Amino acid sequence: MAELARARPKPTPETQHFWDGTKAGELRLQRCDGCAHIYFPPRPFCPHCGGRAVSIFSASGRASLYSYVINHRPAAPGFAAPYAIAVVELEEGPRMMSNIIDCPQTPEALQLDMKLEVAFERLDDAITLPVFRPAKG
Amino acid sequence: MRKPQVAVVGAAETTRLGIIPDMSQIQLHADAALNALADAGLKLSDIDGIATAVETPQQIAHYLGITPRWVDGTSVGGCSFMLHVRHAAAAIAAGLCSTVLITHAESGKSMIGKLPRSIPADSLQGQFEAPFGVVGPPSMFPIPVLRFMKTFGITHEQLAMVAVVQREWAAKNPRAMMKEPISVDDVLNSRMIAYPFRLLQCCLVTDGGGALILTSAERAKNFPHKPVYVLGAGESVETPMVSQMESFNSSRAFRVAGPAAFAEAGISHSDVDHLMIYDAFAHLPLYGLGDLGFMPYEDTGPFIAAGHTRPGGKLPLNTNGGGLSYMHSGMYGMYALQESVRQMRGIAPAQVPNARISVCHGVGGMFAASGTVIFGNQD
Ligand SMILES: [Zn+2]
Repeated sequence: MAELARARPKPTPETQHFWDGTKAGELRLQRCDGCAHIYFPPRPFCPHCGGRAVSIFSASGRASLYSYVINHRPAAPGFAAPYAIAVVELEEGPRMMSNIIDCPQTPEALQLDMKLEVAFERLDDAITLPVFRPAKG
Repeated sequence: MRKPQVAVVGAAETTRLGIIPDMSQIQLHADAALNALADAGLKLSDIDGIATAVETPQQIAHYLGITPRWVDGTSVGGCSFMLHVRHAAAAIAAGLCSTVLITHAESGKSMIGKLPRSIPADSLQGQFEAPFGVVGPPSMFPIPVLRFMKTFGITHEQLAMVAVVQREWAAKNPRAMMKEPISVDDVLNSRMIAYPFRLLQCCLVTDGGGALILTSAERAKNFPHKPVYVLGAGESVETPMVSQMESFNSSRAFRVAGPAAFAEAGISHSDVDHLMIYDAFAHLPLYGLGDLGFMPYEDTGPFIAAGHTRPGGKLPLNTNGGGLSYMHSGMYGMYALQESVRQMRGIAPAQVPNARISVCHGVGGMFAASGTVIFGNQD
């Protein structure tokens, strides 16, 4: 039996800019031109005020660890258990699910609120995932 | 308290619960429905409204031979049935139909005739959650709990006590899957599933179903069992993506559904004799106690650890043993409702003496949705 491939995102017209960004080494967010609300996941209008005038910008990549689990069950294809599934809080406000790299996958090493920075993990020619590592310095 | 307009007059689970390898999912629906009809002394032709989740109403109506004039296919996860009760109560009160059948069943363990659940790769979950190693609810539903623990000073031992106390209730329920007593050490030494949760803090996976029949309070007195009145209900949804909840310290959907039910029923927390909080995982009763306003969040863990929710405690909680010990076919809300109805009828295996008001609170998805129903047995 062929090994199952890691779950691979399939961009839509509304999210393509995000995936183009990660491929180019940028974490792209959107900001409402009307009310300045910054949001994620991508959509071509502001979920705070409903305005359709929104701009894409490159986030700082700085984040902190909001919460996580360490999965010990049979791993998802492309993963080796135990591994953390984390939610990080970006400096700009939005949160996103991700993985924490360059860090032991243990409760001792994974401290809530620890500072993180974005890194990019290439899956294939089309898709690069945003992941996070402990911030340096 | 307002005068109730609608009541549950029929309630039943499938003949068997647990591992049922000789029945498909749709037959489990039918088994529960026929049991509920027998319980109410009704025939299929008496039913003029139908509600179900996951399976479509047309599937269930056709299989059972029902011609409904009111239909609800709300499918928001395991609390869908709480929403069905709320919608059915409104429909009956408005005269849209007279007698509603709500069915749930799931071949959760045996997987016979069960619709596949998959996440499309171009959905938002498929793009922004699935690629990070999620493998089913145990890898997602507990993600908020470490934040909740840090914010409110909740301990691993307190979260273990949720499972211990519910096992005490399950021991009193002959139909509960797991009845052997367990200790905090047993919980904390059980197999790690998704840190911080271990096996005994995660719900069972079983087969089964349940059904409810509702009609007007006026008609309800002419049925074989004591009517169980719907005093109030609430509902909401937040997000299908656990990562996108407003906060991990609370569920917004809980905070909308719970208070709406209390306001409609016109009761206060001190009026509550019996409480069900859908416990797919051990943190849910803590969120429920906080979000429904029973106590400050930081008191929820100590309250359970002190034994206030155990048999004989001042706030009996999850008295069938819950999703952790009674059964969990995938959409447990129906079983929580069944236990509330049994408690209000006064026939529960672990009956709370003189219980007059029961609050039944459900979750759907990973904090994606919520429904709360408040039942009473006085008209
Ligand atoms: Zn805006």
